[in-house]
Amino acid sequence: MKMNVFILAALFAGQLMYGQGYQAGDKAIDFRLKNVDGKMVSLSEYPDAKGFAVIFTCNSCPYAIAWEDRIIEIDRKYRDKGFPVIAINPNNPEVSPKDSYEDMIIRAREKGFPFPYLFDEKQEVFPVYGAARTPHVYLLVREGSDLVVKYVGAVDDNYRDASQVKEPYLANAIDALLAGREIEKTETRAIGCTIKVKN
Amino acid sequence: MCASGKIPGIFCRTGAVLLFLTVFAWPGRAQEPDIPVFDFSGIRPFLEQTDDTTYLINFWATWCTPCVEEMPAINEIARKYRDRKLSILLVSLDFPTHIETRVIPFIREHRLIPRVVVLDDPDADRWIREVSSRWSGAIPATLIYRNEKRDFYEKSFTYQELETIVKLKLDQP
Repeated sequence: MKMNVFILAALFAGQLMYGQGYQAGDKAIDFRLKNVDGKMVSLSEYPDAKGFAVIFTCNSCPYAIAWEDRIIEIDRKYRDKGFPVIAINPNNPEVSPKDSYEDMIIRAREKGFPFPYLFDEKQEVFPVYGAARTPHVYLLVREGSDLVVKYVGAVDDNYRDASQVKEPYLANAIDALLAGREIEKTETRAIGCTIKVKN
Repeated sequence: MCASGKIPGIFCRTGAVLLFLTVFAWPGRAQEPDIPVFDFSGIRPFLEQTDDTTYLINFWATWCTPCVEEMPAINEIARKYRDRKLSILLVSLDFPTHIETRVIPFIREHRLIPRVVVLDDPDADRWIREVSSRWSGAIPATLIYRNEKRDFYEKSFTYQELETIVKLKLDQP
């Protein structure tokens, strides 16, 4: 019975998982993580950026792969407008071998990622952001010395078919920011792969 | 007894036998599982049964490692509690193009007892919230309910954990 109580407590904790992490309006932390080119990257090194599309993604998740090309497109479209993509792999390669740093380098090269693809090696960044899955997008805006979260969620509303997208959530959010409009949807959900941590 | 729902008896044992016969028996290809593909409106009735059966709905995919790892536990629960009022549905989020190449081989390899359906509905932002306000969209995710009492878990289970909560639901007065 004691065991059961313990298990139930653990399960209850599991039930409360959603809604921890950042929501629109929260201040986000900067980080310093290793890029696939071997250099360390942090957001403070982009003085010209108005903000960032920080996207937790990985090599191994079919949903992450399904959205890869559209993430590249978003970076191409918005980098020069002040909103570059910063991709972060949060997975522990001991649990998910395809998400090793070496495999990240290969994937970035294969796809020609135009954005940094960083490794959250100590798995310290994604829990602060509250990323629950890959891909998981956090749109940040610089306000003075702060980074403020403006949108959390999916890239768009159709993982399977880019041509069938009705609402490009992330692009809409960036467009709204650029135009000085309110963001219509500040939080969306999508199916994704759990972030792989060691038990 | 199976109460009248939108799909009467879809989950109850006699219904399951009928379903087994209609869905799983493919003429000329014995034991070849036929996997129905639904959009969310096709899944919704499974989440809204109102009889005194305990329903366990597991969202999974063959590409999801933690889902695959917990599947033997779910299957064992299905086997061990087959004489209780427990109905398990495995909602696969595999791409429909992978049903023949991945889902069916997986069902065979693991000798899955529960019924498997594929959910193919890209507008996930809408239906994820309908399943549970607590679901971020990561899988595995499991909804366990009996009448109004609903529990939602965005995690993978060990056998012991799952049995604890299933028994609790089954033994609820």
